[in-house]
This record gives sequence, C-alpha cells and structure tokens, in this order.
Amino acid sequence: MKNKLSHFAIPYVIWMALFVVAPILIVVIYAFSSASGGFTVANFARMGTYAVVFTRSFKLAIIATIICLLIGYPVSYMMSKEGPRFQRIAMVLIMLPMWMNFLLRTYSWMSILENNGLLNQLFQKIGLIALYNQVFGTDLQYFRLINTQGAVVLGMVYNYLPFMILPIYSVIIKLDRSLIEAAHDLGANTFNVFRRVILPLSLPGVLSGITMVFVPSVSTFAISKMLGGGTEMMLGDLIEQQFLGGAYNPQLGAAISLVMMVIVVVCMWVMNRFGEGEEQAVMM
Amino acid sequence: MSKELIRLRDLCMAFDDEPVLNHIDLYINDKEFLTLLGPSGCGKTTTLRIIGGFATPTSGDVLFDGVRINDVPPYQRQINTVFQKYALFPHLNVYENIAFGLRMQRRPDPNDPTGKRKVKIPEEEINQRVMEMLEVISLKGFEHRKPDALSGGQQQRVAIARALVNRPKVLLLDEPLGALDLKLRKDMQIELKRIQQQVGITFIYVTHDQEEALTMSDTIVVMDKGCIQQIGTPEDIYNEPKNAFVADFIGESNIIDGIMVRDKVVKMYGREFACLDGGFAENEPVDVVIRPEDIDIVPVEQGQLVGTVTNVTFKGMQYDIIVDFRGFKWLIQTTDHSPVGARIGIKIDPDGIHVMKKSQYSGMFGDYSSFSEEYDELDDASLALDEEESGDEE
Amino acid sequence: MKKNNSLLNRLFMVLVFVFLYAPIVLLIVFSFNAGNSNTVWKGFSLDWYAKLLHDRLIMQSVYTTLLVSLLATVIATVAGTFAAIGFYAMRRKLRDPLMTINNIPMMNADIVTGVSLCLFFVAFFGLWSDFASWLNGVQHLVRLPIRLTMGFGTLLIAHICFNIPYVILSVGPKLRQMDKNLVDAAMDLGCTWMQAFRKVILPEIKPGIVSGALTAFTMSIDDFVISYFTAGSSASTLAMTIYGMTKKRVTPEINAISTLLFVTVLVLLAIVNIREARQERRRSAELHRV
Repeated sequence: MKNKLSHFAIPYVIWMALFVVAPILIVVIYAFSSASGGFTVANFARMGTYAVVFTRSFKLAIIATIICLLIGYPVSYMMSKEGPRFQRIAMVLIMLPMWMNFLLRTYSWMSILENNGLLNQLFQKIGLIALYNQVFGTDLQYFRLINTQGAVVLGMVYNYLPFMILPIYSVIIKLDRSLIEAAHDLGANTFNVFRRVILPLSLPGVLSGITMVFVPSVSTFAISKMLGGGTEMMLGDLIEQQFLGGAYNPQLGAAISLVMMVIVVVCMWVMNRFGEGEEQAVMM
Repeated sequence: MSKELIRLRDLCMAFDDEPVLNHIDLYINDKEFLTLLGPSGCGKTTTLRIIGGFATPTSGDVLFDGVRINDVPPYQRQINTVFQKYALFPHLNVYENIAFGLRMQRRPDPNDPTGKRKVKIPEEEINQRVMEMLEVISLKGFEHRKPDALSGGQQQRVAIARALVNRPKVLLLDEPLGALDLKLRKDMQIELKRIQQQVGITFIYVTHDQEEALTMSDTIVVMDKGCIQQIGTPEDIYNEPKNAFVADFIGESNIIDGIMVRDKVVKMYGREFACLDGGFAENEPVDVVIRPEDIDIVPVEQGQLVGTVTNVTFKGMQYDIIVDFRGFKWLIQTTDHSPVGARIGIKIDPDGIHVMKKSQYSGMFGDYSSFSEEYDELDDASLALDEEESGDEE
Repeated sequence: MKKNNSLLNRLFMVLVFVFLYAPIVLLIVFSFNAGNSNTVWKGFSLDWYAKLLHDRLIMQSVYTTLLVSLLATVIATVAGTFAAIGFYAMRRKLRDPLMTINNIPMMNADIVTGVSLCLFFVAFFGLWSDFASWLNGVQHLVRLPIRLTMGFGTLLIAHICFNIPYVILSVGPKLRQMDKNLVDAAMDLGCTWMQAFRKVILPEIKPGIVSGALTAFTMSIDDFVISYFTAGSSASTLAMTIYGMTKKRVTPEINAISTLLFVTVLVLLAIVNIREARQERRRSAELHRV
C-alpha cells in the first residue's frame, strides 16, 4: 500500500520541476549569458565593480544578525523558564506582528524615525538635542535617524527578530529537564549548567535562527529603500534595479542572484551539519 | 557501629494543596543500602528528590550529618543521583559524561598556605579516576562513544559511573533498572549490591518492585499514600508485616479476619489456631496473615480447615492452588498437586501464622476471589454441601 | 527546578515586547489622527477610515491580497498534504533529494525566488507567444491569445509555490510520528487503502495540516518581495500598493488599514486560543473524572 501512496507526490514533483527547478536553471543560464545570447562570465566580472554594495550588505546583515542573537537568545531562554500560560501568550505576541505584513511594519518605523518624527520630538521635549548641542557645539534641530545605515539595521532587527526567537525557543523548550537536574546534581551551578548543557544543546536552534535572519537581511531591498533613503545601495536594490529598475540588465541581476543562492546553500550546509532539518518550519 | 548520616524530620510535602508526604520521619545510616518501596504515587520519589535537593518540603527538616540542608542547592550537596532515564548528556561522549562532575569540583589549593584559594582538579587525576570508573563498570574502550550509541544497560552503567566517580557520601537511585529486561535487571541488581559494598557508601534506592527490594536492601521502608507503613530488614518486613497493606505488597499473603482469644491463640472460622504472637487485648479483632508457602495440604481428616480446590496453576517452581473456604479464597503455593474440585484439608504451623492489628487497610487485601470467577457456580453448589457436612470441621 | 525569574529578566522581556509593539501601537493611534501626518497629532477623527473605504486603489489591493492568500493557502494545503503523504511513502533514497528541492523556495532569499519566477514567466510567455502565433496561423478553430502578461495568475502561482513547502514541513513530522501499525490495523479490519487514508491517516495528521495552513497563510499575507516580482502591473497586493505610495506621499489611510488588519488578526487568534484553552480544560476534566 505504501507504494500506491507514493504516487500522491507525483503532481507536486512535476510542479517543482516547473516552478522551482526550471526558474533556477533559467537564472543560471542568464547569469552566464551576455545580452546578445552567448556564453560569458563577464557578468561575474562586472560584479566586482559593485564590491562596495556587497560589503555594505554583508556588514549590515551581520550586525543585524548579531543584534538579533543578543536579544533573541536571552528572550528565548527566559521564556522557557516561565509557566505554560505565559509561554502561550508570549508566543502569540511574538507571532502576531508577522500577520501584519512586512511592509507595514517597516513603514511604521518611518514616521518614528523621521526628522520631525516621534523620536526626535521626544528628544526635543526632554532636551536631549539641546544637551547634545551644548556638549558638542553643534546646532542641530534634530538627530538624523532615518536614511541612515543604522535605520536599515533597525528595520532588519525589527522585522526578523521573531525568526531568531522561535527556533531557539523551540529547541530550549524541548530540552530534557532531567539533563539540567543531572548537571546540578553533579555540581554545576546555574551559570555552569547554562554554559555546559543548555548552550551546546541549543546550538541547532541558534544556527537555524542565524540563517533565518541573515539570509533575508543580506538580500533585503524594501527596508533599505524605505529606511535607508535609497542613497546607500544594497544587494537587493542592485538586483531590483537590473530587472524592474532603470539599469535593465537581467544577466547581471541573474549573476548576483546566483551568488545569493550560493550563500544560501552554504548556510544550509552549515545548518545540516549541526542541526536538524525541521527547524525551518519550526513555527508552531 | 554505623552512624546516622541523614535524618528526615517530620517532612511534609504538598503539590497545589494535594498532600504528597505526610509527616515522614526517617533516619538513614552510613554505608546502608536502604530502599524506599511502594506503589506509584506513594511519595517515594518525592522523598528521594527532597534528599537530593530537587524539591523543597513544605515543612520539616532534612539533616545531613547533623546539619540542616533544606536550603542547600543540589550542586552543593555531597549527594549524587542516578536518574530514572539516565539523563546522560547527549552532546558529550562517555568519558566527558563521567568526567562532568569532576570538572565542576573546586578544592583548596595545596600550594596556598592559607587554604583559601580554590583550584580545579588536575587533568591527570580526572583521567585516572574516570578510567578507574570505566574499569569498575566494565566499559573500558567505550570512552569516545556517544550515549545514543550505547545499549540501555550500558547507558545505565555510565550513569552510575558518572555519579560514583565524584565519591559522594550518598548515592540516590530513582528506579534505575525499570527500563531493562528481566535477565539484565537481575544481573544489575547483584552488580549494584556488589558495587555498594565495594565502594562502601550509602545507597538510597527507590523502586516499586518488592522482589528487587528484598534482594538488594539492608533496610526497606514501605510507603503508601505519603506515609511510612513499615521500616525493617527484608526478613522483618516479609515475616512480620505490620498491616494488611505491607503484607499484601510484599509477597503473596492470605489475610483473614480473626479474633485474638489470648496470647498465642487466634481464632479463625470459629476454630482456634496456635500461633507465636502476643501482646493483644483479649478477644481483640485482628488481621491474620498466612503466607501461601506456609500452608500444608493434608488429608481431610487431619486438616485444621477443610475446603474445595477451585483452581490450579503450574508455575514452574510450584503450583498455585486456590482453595475455597466458605466463600473466602486462599492461595496455597506447594509442590504437591491437587486436582480441581478436590476436598482438601490444610494445616498451618504456629510460626506460619502472623497476627497484625487492624488498620485502615483491613479488608482490602488478601482474598484471592478474582482468581477463580468461573468456578463461582461450583461454589454455590458446594456451599450447599458444606452446610450439610459442617460437622466435619472440628 | 524552580521557575522563578528575577525582576530584571522580566523587565528585559517586557522591553523587548514594547519594542515589538510600539510601532504598531503608534500606527493604530495615528489612524485616528485628524491631521494628515503620522507625527503631529491634531485631534481624534475617523476620517481616514471613511477615506479608506472610498479609496479604490487600496481596497482593490486589500481584496487582491486576501484573495490570493486564501486561494494559495487552500490549494497549497491540499497539494502539500498529498505531497507530504507521497513523500512519506517513498524510499529514503528517492525522498531525500526531492525534499532538498522542496526546501529551496523556503530557504532561498525572497528576492531570488521572485526573480527566478519572473524570468521563468517571461521566458514562458515568450515561448507561448511564438507557439500561439504559429497555432493561430495554421488553423482557425481555436484562437489563442498571443500576449500573456503577468498578473493575478502568476501571482497566485508564486504564492502557491512558496506556501507548499511550509505545509509539507508541517505535515511531514506528524506523518513520521504516526504509529505505522495504525494503518496495518485498519487494513486488517477491512479497510481499503483509500479508506485507511481517510479514516486513519487524515485524523492523525490533522494538527499538522491545520498548522501548515496557518503558516502558509501567514507567509502569504506577510509577503512583499515575491509578489513584487510576479504580479506584473495588472495585479497589486496591499504591500505593493504601500510601497508605491511610500515613493510619493503616504496618507494615514495606511494606518487605518493597518489597524483593521491588526484587529482582525487579534480577534481571530483570540478566538482560536480561547477555543484551544476550553478544549484543554474539557479534556483535563474528563481525565480527572476517570
């Protein structure tokens, strides 16, 4: 009977061939083609001129991932020690923003960070700006918060923090309680239990979280446009430009996309070595 | 002379208003193998966890070497635990699992004259002690294996080694043999007893298996519903149970309503039996315990009581024979076979009869009626016969 | 193991939650702003809600978003469940590479998925155009449209594409956890494999299906980048509309729709959670009665 059941997957396999494999193959083809249709590696060479964009994207993505880790791990750990009612409510609260749409969430920061936005209004009211002017001898009316790299990082952290919390939390919560008791029994105080038992065993979740934050961060483009003002271009902006923007060059865009895919494959490989496959869909 | 190592004083414990331990008073000696025995929910594991420091009693004291340790966390107690499901660290191999506790220890620096500075145990010593332990549990060569590459019995032994290598004063064992198959369990029982005597420390063992308790223990503490029912050596508990619960929990027993006529004479079924117990009030109602193996089957004329065999089961070592005496079913274990339906007489030596005071457990145990439902019809028929032949029972 | 958390820990968690919700709360608050901005409060008013309902563009994109998300979720859930069952019944050697391919849309950066689908559709439309012209040229029975463009159809396909993996990864584990003997027992008692599927397998994996569907719906509603590349110019999701607006001028109608969206989701989740809590209470009461 099992053999009959495996036929259920055939339609989906066909679908995948059409809509997953074929598109990727097309990207690969474009990446190695020139505008006239011949084979070339010129596209990859051209990427070198955009090295600045690459480093900028990587830099910001790494910073965002680290911040998410610094915030997300402690939150997951603390949540795991709470009672089940708190945990259920906390899970809902963390998931809820994801139902609101990524763009709305990013947009909401625009009005907070604007030059006469809410944060700056707050700083003015409490006299922080005046203080700053005094100390540094400047004459600012506001702090420039929006259209900075910092704002982009903030946007990334805000949007992707739940993706760091959820995998780590779900791994910690499944830890065998008796392991922690055994560690205590053998002489480890709370700090040592964390360092020698909980931390190593939560590593798969951490890797999962890092991947789920780094990949969207390095390839983002809406956040950089909306909060970064579009002046500092990132990889996502670059790709978009090649397809729907001014500089129409799908071959170059495909090449950059291919590089992006390689990054993802590397992340997946690292995760598979140390983690388990299901942590991706670890949502519920 | 063994000195007292642990004392539990008036220990009470409740979970969410549900009482789990009721005024537990117990002392445990050095080098003793003590077993907490009882059915699920009796409080034995809770008691163990309180001693280990994983639970805090609602009231009462836990004394270790005379010092109150209620508020001392587990990692500061000189006690180690073997957990029920072993709790081996999956990310560490066998060597590191065993070495874990040693790596946590700090002791005064021998180079420091003031003795205030603490240092770790040196690596060579850790290595030596771990390898020694591997030898003791016969797992030399397994150092680099991870727990998931070990069988249940091997994981068990690693768990024991991990605890013992720290040289604790007391080892707590929470039903450690539950997951092993029968043959392995019996071998491990002997192993554990040997290790305990070889290492020479106190073992506090929790189990619901009475045979296991009888095999390994110096002292057994029988518990039920959060109270201690009886404390004693295996022989005491078996031969002189204090109430119907203990009598039924340990081994098989027939428990009959009786009346203590006077010292050394007890009356059952209107007939008087000689026994060895005394100290009861005249004509006090009592529970009488008679072990199945202490009953002899004799011809009807020689019997103290006469009944009908309703069920015979071959058990290898002996026959389990259910006999009906006026509606109450007895269990007799004997190597003599009697056919079903036969009228037999029974004879009990005075030292086979043990008398207990009535308790809340009276009437709950000791009747083997459930063994022979299908012969109830036969019973009704033979009951009529019994009435006619009541003259026989004298 | 005590479950005590120091005040400092709790404070930290509260701060994180404040960080997560402050922007949303501000959005909601300013949706009731009488003035035109998100930064200066000019009094309470429901104007923007009224304007929202009359704004054809935004309402159309809300409709599109909901429609595509619901459709994609339903289709993906059904297709994904069957696919998961199919994979479960496969030998490991066949299943592993297929599962890797399955995970690609989930793991890939959104932009790569969007771009690859966009290129695929463009290439397909090119081929179609040639094919249709040729076909129309050689016969007169059937007239095929020559020019196909990206629109709702391609948008829907794209959403289904990245939804199915989430369903599979939700149903898969439940299948693996299922006791294999159950199916054998059903067949032993006379079920055909179709009946066994319906009566035994489906009930066991229902929680996985439900959570998979929820995840798929969440991912669809949340998506921006993939929609951006595959909806063409004729269809527009809410996210795309907002993105277009941010390039020019944004009105607090956005706040109003955000508030409505948030409240709807909140109410839905509250209902689901209350039902779950009530079911749990009923279940534990039954256990205690026994």
